[in-house]
Amino acid sequence: MTGIDFTAGWVNGWIITIVLINLLGCLWLLWWTRKRPEDPIGDGESMGHSFDGIEELNNPLPHWWLNLFYFTIAFALIYLTLYPGWGDAKGVLGWTSVGQWETEVQKADNRYNDFFEEYAALPIEQLAQNEEVIKTGQRLFGNNCAICHGSDARGNEGYPNLTDGDWLYGGTPDKIKETITNGRGGMMPALGAALGEQGTKDVAAYVLSLSSRSGSGDAAAGKEKFNMMCAACHGPDGKGNQMLGAPNLADDVWLYGGNEETIIETVNNGRQGKMPAFKDQLSPEKIHVLAAYVYSLSN
Amino acid sequence: MNQPEKIAVKQTNDGMDLYQKREKIYQRHASGFFQTLRIATIWVTLGIYFIGPWLTWDGRQAVLFDLPERKFYIFWFTFWPQDFLYLSWLLIIAAFALFFFTVLAGRVWCGYTCPQTVWTTFFMWIEYMTEGDRNKRIRLDAQPMSLNKFNKKFLKHGLWLTLAFWTAFTFVGYFAPVRELFFDIYHLNVSGWAAWWMFFFTAATYLNAGWMREQVCMYMCPYARFQSVMFDRDTLIVTYDATRGEPRGARKKSVDRNATELGDCVNCQLCVQVCPTGIDIRNGLQYECIGCAACIDACDSIMDQMNYPKGLIRYSTENAVEGKASKILRPRLIGYGAILCVMVVVFLTAVFARVPLELDIIRDRNALFRETWEGTIENTYTLKIMNKTQQAQQYDIAVSGLDNVIPHIPDTIRTLPGELLTLAITLEMKPEDIRERNSTVYFTVTSVNDPSQEVTEESRFLSPRK
Repeated sequence: MTGIDFTAGWVNGWIITIVLINLLGCLWLLWWTRKRPEDPIGDGESMGHSFDGIEELNNPLPHWWLNLFYFTIAFALIYLTLYPGWGDAKGVLGWTSVGQWETEVQKADNRYNDFFEEYAALPIEQLAQNEEVIKTGQRLFGNNCAICHGSDARGNEGYPNLTDGDWLYGGTPDKIKETITNGRGGMMPALGAALGEQGTKDVAAYVLSLSSRSGSGDAAAGKEKFNMMCAACHGPDGKGNQMLGAPNLADDVWLYGGNEETIIETVNNGRQGKMPAFKDQLSPEKIHVLAAYVYSLSN
Repeated sequence: MNQPEKIAVKQTNDGMDLYQKREKIYQRHASGFFQTLRIATIWVTLGIYFIGPWLTWDGRQAVLFDLPERKFYIFWFTFWPQDFLYLSWLLIIAAFALFFFTVLAGRVWCGYTCPQTVWTTFFMWIEYMTEGDRNKRIRLDAQPMSLNKFNKKFLKHGLWLTLAFWTAFTFVGYFAPVRELFFDIYHLNVSGWAAWWMFFFTAATYLNAGWMREQVCMYMCPYARFQSVMFDRDTLIVTYDATRGEPRGARKKSVDRNATELGDCVNCQLCVQVCPTGIDIRNGLQYECIGCAACIDACDSIMDQMNYPKGLIRYSTENAVEGKASKILRPRLIGYGAILCVMVVVFLTAVFARVPLELDIIRDRNALFRETWEGTIENTYTLKIMNKTQQAQQYDIAVSGLDNVIPHIPDTIRTLPGELLTLAITLEMKPEDIRERNSTVYFTVTSVNDPSQEVTEESRFLSPRK
């Protein structure tokens, strides 16, 4: 195994020495405390310790018991050799904690394999009606997605709400699967320098007017600038473009917030959204079930 | 009955071996009132043990401890790891029962009901049936190997191993469905772990009850030692009445009891020969004594033959034997008894009043709250609803503690029997309704079919401002 050594080379030898000293110490203790023919105190005689009228007598230990102690020392030596016990030496059995973890993951995958394979063949629209699939999908969501999107999938500032039927990249089963598998990177460029302070305010006023509100800038002037700078992505009517992940600005759903101050900040500094790809963590079959759950949230 | 043959109970060490060799105890078969009582106890305890896994309830195994699923079925109860408290209460009750009975009558647990005793007695009975009683066995062991000896030994060990295997099979049957296990064994298709545990418990039973026997009580068992500290001078223990028995001595049956200077003990050694731990009860109370009362039965049979009153060895207290006043009902015993009764009642009430529904609430940790673009504040909770019943359930969820809260809760919440349901729930508040930045909110889950299944748990609702 190649890894970073956090310890100096001599530590291994030191650990082996301590272990050996301990084992030899146990052996010596057994030998030292054993019964000997020359014991001054004979069998069944008092050791001279008395408490509450109870006296300790020198009675022999059963033989099998003594042998158990020797056995434990032999066991320790065998165990330390079979498993990685001597410093950083690998055990004879080749056991590693990572290996054990992988075996257990493999075991779990085998166990649930049939379940996921059975459903991988069915269309997502159908799976979204299946209670069992939804419960499984919800668990996958809880483990992988809820940290950003919330366990109720209603999102948060910068993390889209998945229950409202409003989609940045499209809400068809295929698009949802694509988003989960490969991730998404949203890129809204910073336009503050190009538009200037007044220009930014005007654009914000125009964007607000799309959802029948007004801002402090001049919406008519903003519209011109919008068509020049923003329409390429958001469309001339501001309805967005799911091919590019450009949000619809006319539907009163806001990813970063819909008040004037926030819109100005968005236009000024741009936004970078990042949905990570899950193809390395989740098998295609699991993503299929997870997509069915996400699909079920708004359908 | 003939005067029993006298055989030295203990051989002395030869002096070369400094550690103790086990001196094999050839227990003589005893019968009498207490042995009948013990056999009855053994029938009951072994019966419960061996029949237990075969009982069915509601179409499944009535008693099954499903470790991989962490569900413990006992008839109509399904216990979950969260119910561990009941097990600890049960163990505390068992401890107090041990205190109570030990203060009352010494090591009755050891003598009558301990599995070590029960299985050892069963094994000894097999030995008695195959090899005969004590003297026959001593002679058999002294003989060189012969076909007769081999047959007897073979039969004995075969029966021992069969019983040990059935014990192990039954034990594993409490943890894995016993019927499937039975057919798996029949088809020689047992899973690795089940096979290992069956091997382990077969070996452990065979060695413990066949070979280790009294050594377990003498060297290994901690209870054996600490029970004696619960004794007092009014505890009923198996006692030899030395005042009545001494001086001991053999005599003809025709000798008049009043005319001889000897005490009632005829020194027949029967009490020593029947002892499963190989002690002489006439030496007084000893730590090896497990209180099996075999010596009482043996001595009573001799007293009957001699036409002496029974009870030279009997359950008595140290005070009584010394001729002092002895009181069985003493504060210590009454105290233990009262505590025991209270705990049993409380335990049974708790078990039968147990709500088979559990609720855990986990607030979302990634964001303290969510501000919707309309300005309302949302908090998200994950509810873990455990249906601990053996039926499917439908639940209602009510939210209280917040005025004008808008809960987003699914219309129907259904669980399968024994299911752990994970449910994400959103609570929404309008800014003008929010009184505190941090308020307590209560979730109440109620079963639609059985409103007595109701659990309330609290959580927090957080918001950025008042």
